Amino acid sequence: MIALCPALFRTRTLWARADTAAILRRAVLTMFCLGLWLMPVAAFAQSPTPRTVTDDEVNAIAKQLYCPVCENIPLDVCPTQACADWREEIRLKLAEGWSEAQIKQYFVDRFGDRVLGAPPPRGVNWLVYLLPPLAVIAGLFLLYRALTSWLRPAGAHPSLPADLPQDEYVRRLEEELRNRDR
Amino acid sequence: MIANFGYGSLLIAWLVALYGIGAAAFGVWRKKPAWVDSARNAMLLTFPLLSLTALSLILLLVGGHYEIEYVAAVTSNSMPLYLKITALWGGQAGSLIFWSWLMSAFASAVTLRKWERDREFLPWVIVVSLVTLAFFLSLSLVVENPFNRLWVSPSGKVVEALLQPSGFTLFTQGDGRGLNPLLRHPGMIIHPPMLYLGFVSFVIPYAFAIAALLTGRTDDRWIRITRRWTLVAWLFLSLGLLLGSRWAYDVLGWGGYWGWDPVEIAAFMPWLTGTAFLHSVVIQEKRGMLKHWNMLLIILTYALVIYGTFLTRSGVIDSVHSFARSAIGPMFFAFIAFTFTASLVLLIRRWEALKSEGQMTNLFSREALFLANNLVFVLITAICFLGVNFPILTESLGAIGEALPALRNIFTAQKVTVGPQWYERITAPLFAAMLLLMGIAPLSAWGHSTSKTLGRALWKLALVSLLAPLYLILTGGRSLPALLGLWLAALVACVTLYEFWRAAAARQRTHKENFFLALWKLAGRNRRRYGGYVIHLGVVMMALGIIGVEMFQSETQGPLRPGEQLTLGQYAVRFDSLAEFPLADGRQVARAVVTVFKNGVSLGELYPRSDFYPEAQQSMNIAALHSTLEDDLYILLVDWQPVSADGATFKIYHNPLVNWLWLGGIVFILGTLVAVWPDKEPQAVARRLTPARLPQAPEQAA
Repeated sequence: MIALCPALFRTRTLWARADTAAILRRAVLTMFCLGLWLMPVAAFAQSPTPRTVTDDEVNAIAKQLYCPVCENIPLDVCPTQACADWREEIRLKLAEGWSEAQIKQYFVDRFGDRVLGAPPPRGVNWLVYLLPPLAVIAGLFLLYRALTSWLRPAGAHPSLPADLPQDEYVRRLEEELRNRDR
Repeated sequence: MIANFGYGSLLIAWLVALYGIGAAAFGVWRKKPAWVDSARNAMLLTFPLLSLTALSLILLLVGGHYEIEYVAAVTSNSMPLYLKITALWGGQAGSLIFWSWLMSAFASAVTLRKWERDREFLPWVIVVSLVTLAFFLSLSLVVENPFNRLWVSPSGKVVEALLQPSGFTLFTQGDGRGLNPLLRHPGMIIHPPMLYLGFVSFVIPYAFAIAALLTGRTDDRWIRITRRWTLVAWLFLSLGLLLGSRWAYDVLGWGGYWGWDPVEIAAFMPWLTGTAFLHSVVIQEKRGMLKHWNMLLIILTYALVIYGTFLTRSGVIDSVHSFARSAIGPMFFAFIAFTFTASLVLLIRRWEALKSEGQMTNLFSREALFLANNLVFVLITAICFLGVNFPILTESLGAIGEALPALRNIFTAQKVTVGPQWYERITAPLFAAMLLLMGIAPLSAWGHSTSKTLGRALWKLALVSLLAPLYLILTGGRSLPALLGLWLAALVACVTLYEFWRAAAARQRTHKENFFLALWKLAGRNRRRYGGYVIHLGVVMMALGIIGVEMFQSETQGPLRPGEQLTLGQYAVRFDSLAEFPLADGRQVARAVVTVFKNGVSLGELYPRSDFYPEAQQSMNIAALHSTLEDDLYILLVDWQPVSADGATFKIYHNPLVNWLWLGGIVFILGTLVAVWPDKEPQAVARRLTPARLPQAPEQAA
């Protein structure tokens, strides 16, 4: 490539004794040579050769996906041949420049929502996200209702019901501790 | 011959169980104690009969009778004797026999107790225990018979049947398929019996609860009788879960201990409700409250025990379609529906009689905090139940989408995975709340704690506990969940240790004992309370391990040639060599030699290996571990590229603090043993307290 452009490397000396026409002529020649030199680089940029993808990059995506064949086993640790092939597919996609989201969507399109680690929030799947907070709210409400309904004015019945014999020991211990804390 | 004998004793045990149910019910109905005694004898007879059944199956397994389908499926000539014996619970049919055998052992043990004061409970305890046993025996007799033989037709068709089909001859084989390699691990040998022991022993408190409902005895007698049974059940279930976690860590090769797998959750759910029950019965004993709730909790625990067995045994988890294919599924479903509905109906009938005797005086009293703790446990159970069943639900609801095209976008019939990321996100705040309550509740008092007294007791300890997250911040930790988790764990540790110190110091002063003797005697005098505190300390240690792995685990993987190394944080692992050789049991082993370095200093050699089982065509990657209290370096030889002496792929996990999880598990079990340990001389304890100081006559614990 460099051998094709002798003009390029003589440019500096040319400036010293150049007339305008000669400069223009040589500039066109230089640009032509530059074009020839850069052409393969531009062609490479348009269709890159696959880059090397590490196992860690594959695992970072594979561990978010679930084996469509085996139940509840993430793709990064599944020992089946099918999963080995799918991991290789992730590697190829990464090498081709696919993003993590694109690869995940590719597997969802092929095998369905079950490859994702959690149900995607749509349709009936919303239940799995809405029911737990609703249950917590309902539980807290019921707890509050239960506690307030059982609450009675302090001191109305100060004595505690009878305990087991060994609890008598605990009661005495507690009493001693209370005396000590005073 | 042995198979026929085993099946015969199984059949007789089932008939005896049915007779026992009828005799006990008839004895109550016609008020004839002789019939109840006969039912008791029937109950006792099931144990030797099922022992003969289990023994027959073990003899078949050990003897290599591969004409028996179950034997061929779970054993092979190359398996050692102990694995052939433990193959009894290595497959579905055998594990159901094992379940029934344990159930008969526990039920027989409970019928041997002294019944003088609780005679009215006896027939109903027998009925409930025998109904449960008869159900499991029915499964073995009808659907999952481990004594079925293999028969071959002249055309070569092989069928499975107990008796010889016309035109078929016995199908004999020289070798079996062998136990699943994943199950050939010491943890897996002990783990299922522990879980099953936990499951079956929870049947006993349930049986007493139902007996209390049927007889109308609304006091807390049933709770006092079954207190130790419940703790034993909880101990076994806890042990089963811990051993299962360790097995997963050692064998499954993913560097973790808990994958939120439905089978794990199936055992975790009754443990959660059982834990709630253990706390809430204390409120009933001390304050005469929560009688409905305790009944509901034990009914729920029993239902979850059966449901857990159903989930792991029916194949329903795999797919809703396998549920339809498997005959065991509908039988389980019908049984759970029947027992749960019948129990609820009984509870509703006794609703009025079970009204609380006591009342709460303050929202910050110990009973209020125990109730909040119950809510947390039940909410986690509900979330687990939703997560386990949601894939089945979405698949089933797909029928609506198919019937109504307008709703097809909502009910897509797409099977979904509910994995760890969902469980961790949803349950994390609840586990945090659980730790917070563990930190606060021991400082509260029964009946009369107020926010002021509780705050006064808590604030100094809360300040001290802040040192733990502060240390994490100073060492570079910035994860908010980790900081919060560490603070809560530290709070529980501070409060628990303070409680020990406070009580021991008080005793030391009054009894003039040295501190450690005072501590020892203190625990001995109230084992349930201080055993519980030891359990809390175990939970704190386990929480440290969980925070370490969940928040700070790191991993790397890569192919290495001899002499090359992989780096992960401060560690480096150099691949030195690899040898491949066969073992006497048929395994093909590929064993790598690697040298581990920390900050450039050699820590020695480790040997990750991959065992290939030709009969099962399955590999197992056995991790090599460098374990310290600080962390584990977990090295796996993985098969992403062909494993050879010229190169192999290694995966390395760095698991900070993970060993605190196992140590915490040991402390947890020790605490449970303290709580469950029987008092040496309960009479002596009663004698020490003068009648004048005792509010009522002492009762004998069961």
